[in-house]
Amino acid sequence: MINMEENMFSKNPEFCKDSYTICMCGVGGQGIIKTSTIIGNGAINEGKKVVMSEVHGMSQRGGVVSSELKIGNYKSSLIEEFNSDMIIGFEPIEIVRNLNKVNKDTKMIINTHSIVPSNISSQKNSYPNIDEVIDILRENYNYVYPINGSQLAKESGNILTLNMVLLGAATADETFPISKDSIIIAMKNNLKANFYDMNTEAIEKGYETVKSLQ
Amino acid sequence: MALEDILINKPKKKLFLLGNEAAVRGAIEAGISIAATYPGTPSSEIGDILHYLAKDANIYFEFSVNEKVAMEVAATAAVSGLRSFTFMKHVGLNVASDSFMTTAYNGVNGGMVILTADDPSMFSSQNEQDNRHYGRLAKIPILEPSNPQEIKDMVVYGFELSEKFKIPVIIRTTTRISHMRGIVELSEIKTSNNDNNKLKNNLKSNENVHWKKGFFKKNPNRYVPVPGNAAEMHKNLTLKFENIKKINTKLNKIYSAPKTSKNKNSKFKLGVISSGSGFNYTYDTINKYDLGIDILKLGFTHPFPEKEVLEFIKDLDGIFIVEEVDPIMEKEVLSIIGKNQLKISVFGKLNNVFPMIYEFNPDILLDSFKKFYQIAEKEKENEERNNIKDIYDEFSKEEININEYNQSTKLENTQLNKLIESLPNRHPTLCPGCPHRASYFAVKKSIEELEISEDNVIFASDIGCYTLGISPPYQTADYLLSMGSSIGDGGGLSKATNQTIMSFIGDSTFFHSGISPLINCIHNKNKFVLTILDNRTTAMTGGQSNPGLNVDGMGDPAPEISIEKIAISLGIEFVKIINPLNLKKAIETYKEAIEFDGVSVIIAKSPCALIKRLKKRKPMEIDYNKCIKCLECVKFLACPSISVKNDNIVIDPLSCKGCTTCRQMCKEKAIKIER
Repeated sequence: MINMEENMFSKNPEFCKDSYTICMCGVGGQGIIKTSTIIGNGAINEGKKVVMSEVHGMSQRGGVVSSELKIGNYKSSLIEEFNSDMIIGFEPIEIVRNLNKVNKDTKMIINTHSIVPSNISSQKNSYPNIDEVIDILRENYNYVYPINGSQLAKESGNILTLNMVLLGAATADETFPISKDSIIIAMKNNLKANFYDMNTEAIEKGYETVKSLQ
Repeated sequence: MALEDILINKPKKKLFLLGNEAAVRGAIEAGISIAATYPGTPSSEIGDILHYLAKDANIYFEFSVNEKVAMEVAATAAVSGLRSFTFMKHVGLNVASDSFMTTAYNGVNGGMVILTADDPSMFSSQNEQDNRHYGRLAKIPILEPSNPQEIKDMVVYGFELSEKFKIPVIIRTTTRISHMRGIVELSEIKTSNNDNNKLKNNLKSNENVHWKKGFFKKNPNRYVPVPGNAAEMHKNLTLKFENIKKINTKLNKIYSAPKTSKNKNSKFKLGVISSGSGFNYTYDTINKYDLGIDILKLGFTHPFPEKEVLEFIKDLDGIFIVEEVDPIMEKEVLSIIGKNQLKISVFGKLNNVFPMIYEFNPDILLDSFKKFYQIAEKEKENEERNNIKDIYDEFSKEEININEYNQSTKLENTQLNKLIESLPNRHPTLCPGCPHRASYFAVKKSIEELEISEDNVIFASDIGCYTLGISPPYQTADYLLSMGSSIGDGGGLSKATNQTIMSFIGDSTFFHSGISPLINCIHNKNKFVLTILDNRTTAMTGGQSNPGLNVDGMGDPAPEISIEKIAISLGIEFVKIINPLNLKKAIETYKEAIEFDGVSVIIAKSPCALIKRLKKRKPMEIDYNKCIKCLECVKFLACPSISVKNDNIVIDPLSCKGCTTCRQMCKEKAIKIER
């Protein structure tokens, strides 16, 4: 039976060639869906095939939001367990909630700024210490990039550029399949013109921060 | 991408579209004149986009009062020779079903497409019904797209099919398809259909509308289903349906495994039949692991393509059926096998190979295929039992397959599992500044002040943001059935029990299906408190207009319907409008309402905090000289802006909307307006 699994269910390299999967997670209102759309547009600009899954619903009301993006031959927009090439956590504990999507070589971009659930006082579990969470992640995963994205966003001029900071951070990893330039072009096609400069600065800030961590 | 890009007439141009955006593009390419809906996730964005683009696309668009009216608007347009489009969430079709069923009998002249968006795993719905049953109930064809490109193409094809056979056509999507983004290659928008300049010449001189008008040619025998006519109509529908069975379609397609596939020559000849999202997972799993199994992808699933299916399965030993929600295709295939006396084993939901309920995903597909091959291996060792029927029997012995809902796999690492288990939940909650929070606080406070025990108050809730009242600390939702049910439920509970009944319904939901039950409650002398939470929008689905506002589905001025006048006109003696953000007054009014003998109506009128044009108000802040850290504001309001940090209560000035609810409820007067 063990043989069967090894032979029968080994991955077909031809199908998996040039594939790249990104999981994004966080809290409603952080710009997760927009960020994934920009990555998707960047992929199209580079002639790649891409599908993406959005989970909306009650997201605007403080619930969790996630999106999954798959570049390559895939028809389904859902990433298999332990199969993300990259995960971008817009909120630190949300990345923990999605650990079933990552493996030890997944690139993990983590915004360390926490958003505590509003009903925390009526919950059994308390909000964890983020430094400890990052330490545990570092012990178990090879590529953990914690950045204070919210702070960098403020420095770029507006907390709302958080998603661009994290997007810039993603492009800094050499496995990321889309160039920073393509991402900036896609950003310009998707966001309001009067925020180009601020958003570009945010992308650069994220990019530099991760470069310095590597 | 800007939404206007959906209108560009550049064939072959590729856009990265959401399934719902692709649906709009399809409708525009097909040249529709009329579109109507009632908003509902996962189809809401279709209406939002049409609201924005309708005029530029020469389309009349409305947010109808409910799905039944939307169905009627679309049906009458189609019978007048126009192409019409209606779309709704799966349970919306329940509301529309009465007219929907007859629309099949009456038929159409212009094409009519009905898009129903199912919600497997209930991301934002009260059930996960499979609306493919509706096509069977009404004898209406069903198309099932698997991605945004197919949604666009099938909408266009649906209109052609509908026009050819004079029958409405259903497009069945699921959340995963409606909310999937993918590359969509555009086709031409045929402007000849509804070119505005050309149109204007055809219109009567004093008419100034932007959409094409049709002409209703009388024919009561065809359009009025009195019993004699209906009998003839059912016969015609049945004959139409037989003819549809004969057409050739490109929507069903075989994806053959490559000849070089490493598993092509396995012991059994296997195939998969699949549709919708299920196809995507199947395709990826089979190709990623090179399982060497051919797939018949069905896009045209009703009438079920018996010939193509028979051709595909006749030489197979076993066939997998991958479909989301109910085993509908599986039963169709079993019937084909029975009719043709074939010996083929069917592996699907009915024999526990795939989960019976909830949404699928690639991991579920992989697990099921692995299990199949594991059993096959085991059977190999058993010399006497070595055919596919034995594998079938093994699966049949197992318990029903209900894949655990939303349960993420345990990681191998216990440290990480512990961390995951220790996380606090993040349930959706009422927004900062939400007037419902104040309404619920006032309700609870008045019950407390009247010394009624909580067990003796039943909260009949309805469908909207206020259903979030189910969670602590509010706990103001005890019973719920459907849109508008809070009023009928309130009436029923007041007859069935001696408890205090309090019903909650939103403004849009009240218009949708709250008015007739309210008439019933007055006529039948019920006693309960009805709160109409009038937050001036259809908030839950993203803020669409409704008849209580002075603006219509295309953004034009429209008569505003007064909820108060409706209530008064029914003869209700207790009708009071309150601003729930005035807590003291609200509590007083609730106390009166609870003690009133009869139906009392409170219209809690205050705009949704997400409405963008609202005037900004100053945020609250804590006066630490007065705050005694009783935590009542934290505990009883659960406002996302109020939190405890380093043992102090903090109000986040960025998210606080300045509703002052916390300021009013603080006994120590320790919350003030920021200076």
